Amino acid sequence: MPEKASTLAPRVDALYYFLISVSVFFATLIFVLVIYFAVKYRRRSATEQPLPIEGDLRLELLWTLIPFGLAMIMFGWGANLYFSTSRAPSDASNLYVVGKQWMWKIQHPEGRREINELHVPVGQAVKLTMTSEDVIHSFFIPAFRMKMDVVPGRYTTTWFEASKVGEYHLFCAEYCGTRHSQMIGRIVVMEPVQYEHWLATGNGSASTSGEAPEVAGARLFQEQRCVTCHGGSVSGVKLGPSLAGLFGKSVQLQSGETVTADEGYIRESILNPMAKLVTGYQPIMPTYQGQIDEEGLLQLLAYIRSLRETVEPSRETRAEQ
Amino acid sequence: MSTVAVEARDDFPTATAPREHYLNVNYGVKSWLLTTDHKRIALLYLASITLFFFLGGFFAVVIRLELMTPAGDLVQSETYNKLFTMHGLIMIFFFLIPSIPAVLGNFLVPMMIGARDLAFPRLNLLSWYIYVLGGLFTLCAAVLGGVDTGWTFYTPYSTTYANSNVILTAVGVFITGFSSILTGLNFIVTIHTMRAPGLTWFRLPLFIWAHYATSLIMILGTPVVAITIVLVALERGLHIGIFDPALGGDPVLFQHLFWFYSHPAVYIMILPAMGVISELITCFSRKRIFGYGFIAFSSVAIAVLGFFVWGHHMFVSSQSVYAGLVFSVLSFLVAIPSAIKVFNWTATLYKGSVSYETPMLYAFGFIGLFTIGGLTGLFLASLGLDVHVHDTYFVVAHFHYIMVGGAIMAYLGGLHFWWPKMTGRMYPEGWARLGALIIFIGFNLTFFPQFILGYLGMPRRYHMYPPEFQILNVMSSAGASILGVGYLIPMVYFLWSLRYGAVASANPWRAKGLEWQTPSPPPTENFSETPIVTEEAYNYARQEAVGV
Repeated sequence: MPEKASTLAPRVDALYYFLISVSVFFATLIFVLVIYFAVKYRRRSATEQPLPIEGDLRLELLWTLIPFGLAMIMFGWGANLYFSTSRAPSDASNLYVVGKQWMWKIQHPEGRREINELHVPVGQAVKLTMTSEDVIHSFFIPAFRMKMDVVPGRYTTTWFEASKVGEYHLFCAEYCGTRHSQMIGRIVVMEPVQYEHWLATGNGSASTSGEAPEVAGARLFQEQRCVTCHGGSVSGVKLGPSLAGLFGKSVQLQSGETVTADEGYIRESILNPMAKLVTGYQPIMPTYQGQIDEEGLLQLLAYIRSLRETVEPSRETRAEQ
Repeated sequence: MSTVAVEARDDFPTATAPREHYLNVNYGVKSWLLTTDHKRIALLYLASITLFFFLGGFFAVVIRLELMTPAGDLVQSETYNKLFTMHGLIMIFFFLIPSIPAVLGNFLVPMMIGARDLAFPRLNLLSWYIYVLGGLFTLCAAVLGGVDTGWTFYTPYSTTYANSNVILTAVGVFITGFSSILTGLNFIVTIHTMRAPGLTWFRLPLFIWAHYATSLIMILGTPVVAITIVLVALERGLHIGIFDPALGGDPVLFQHLFWFYSHPAVYIMILPAMGVISELITCFSRKRIFGYGFIAFSSVAIAVLGFFVWGHHMFVSSQSVYAGLVFSVLSFLVAIPSAIKVFNWTATLYKGSVSYETPMLYAFGFIGLFTIGGLTGLFLASLGLDVHVHDTYFVVAHFHYIMVGGAIMAYLGGLHFWWPKMTGRMYPEGWARLGALIIFIGFNLTFFPQFILGYLGMPRRYHMYPPEFQILNVMSSAGASILGVGYLIPMVYFLWSLRYGAVASANPWRAKGLEWQTPSPPPTENFSETPIVTEEAYNYARQEAVGV
């Protein structure tokens, strides 16, 4: 058994043990029966002829319905686990992961960046929002029983809560080219106090620089002139919808549909603004495809996520920062 | 029982007076390369897929040698990636998919239904040429530097980032696909229209049912992978954005299209194997099959359900959670018909007259290995557990248990069983039993440790790995060396038997089935008179009652 280092790990292992028990039972049953029959009914003379047996409906029903029932238990159990991995708890901290051939770039909410390493505190839920700069990768931490593909052009999310201090493997699990087997890293689970210390001191490693992603995002918001249209009304005319409190809300589109303003929607609206037009606004926004890199997009996302209802980004105050 | 059968059951005097049959009717390269005889085409396929099998096996040997140590010290990463790609491509598209259908199926489908040939003999020859042409393209790609995308061709790696012969290889796979479409088409038409008088659907051998179900998948699934390959080529060659998000495409769309064919393709490999096993179990326990209807319909159920489970390859691909639920429940459902078959085969042995000739040893091996392969499939169908074991060695072990432990064991069992019919010679029983035993042991030693490796978290397609995985990898490589020797043994004695093997009688196993009621090897027209069928398949009790 691999190390169990997340709250999910024992739950996955429990299902694993259940499946192993069922499998061992049925495999043993089949092996014993085959061997027993093969020996007991071995051919004793060249001319012997056994009586034909057509089949038995009761037996057929028995060995259809019992496996069916067991399979449905496995399905329900597995589905339940899958649901809990797909929904992060609301108090999870947001980390951003960008995969590229062949390295992992990670940014903490406080701004600290790491490459091929991830430091996390024990007992704290961590949500990962991930994307790739090139091909599909997959973020796999065996000790956490956690894996999620990292797909270019979209965000995938997953989460975990580390339960045991220690160092664990990080693997890329989706074949991504020549050095796929070297796209590996180290997960360091620390006591919260040490983690705070690590965040604060930078631990002496090179990849320490960093403002918080939403601060960097705010700067990009100014630099890319997003603020011109999304920064509140100019003499009563709003060119673009306000982004305050937008994240997670539902948005009414001109097509009549409603969408939830999640990571994917915000990303698409930056790169391909004409895809989903918000009702009440003109289609005037230019595309930012090719002008903002994946990390920049994640910073903008962090910034937009940080905007609460009350904090309207205004040209004056933000511009001065 | 046909009228022919009554005379045909006794040995023909093949040993003394040379009798004309499909092998000696004419000689020369032309008589083989232009043949429309399904039996000769089967042998053409046998020779070509055997070549590909040993080529694919050679790649596997180098892979296992490399993985003896954690460091990448035998070949470079680029080479390693090409090795596992070529291993997968060759074994799947050029060995496993054609193996049982194109060799045993080609030879036996007409014979089992009392026909003189397949419905479209020239189309049958064409399908072999198409297969060879596709194989040549793929070999060219290998010689010109290989391809490193994995046999799965995942985008956008294959369309934008890979610097290897993707298009040439893809063309090879595309072309070969048409050979399986033609074979499937030929089987379906043949089974519908050319059955001997009295051979109703529920008197058909289960081998035929299995090939019918397989043919449906070949016809419906293969065009989809062909289209997908065309799309990959369009994006790679002309930069038309389909899969690469940088060009406005969707990389996950590729996975949907690819697995829509490639999951059913697994059933193309295993369904014919199940058909073979039904023939072997009945013959060597001298009993009719237990639950004929359940086995027959479970083949069809697998073929149909198999088309709706492709998303289980994509539980962590960012596909929606609800799609995951649907694919998970359907994947559990497709396991049930397989379980039904295993139970019915086991029950067939009950109160039978079981003997242990080599084909039966392979059948026992199949049941054991397929059971393990099938049960571990449940782990992968289970959503929360698949998240952990997806893309690890657990998956590698699982599908090798199905494809090597299942399909190849059945293929070898079938080859031994029908070898006397195909060649007129017996293989050496002692060597064959030894070979079967070595293959069984070597197989388990190779692949069982990989289940453990996978759960411990070793990802597949890794050239280098952390040192703690070494012991299990060394065990696996040791097993592979035994397995390799195991595969060479039948190769040697089969060739030996062509010249020195004992001359086979028409029906050395006292088996039922029309193919045994004509001499070995059969005449070109298979049957001197069209047989008339008056009884169900596997009616062993009746044969004995008539008296030999």
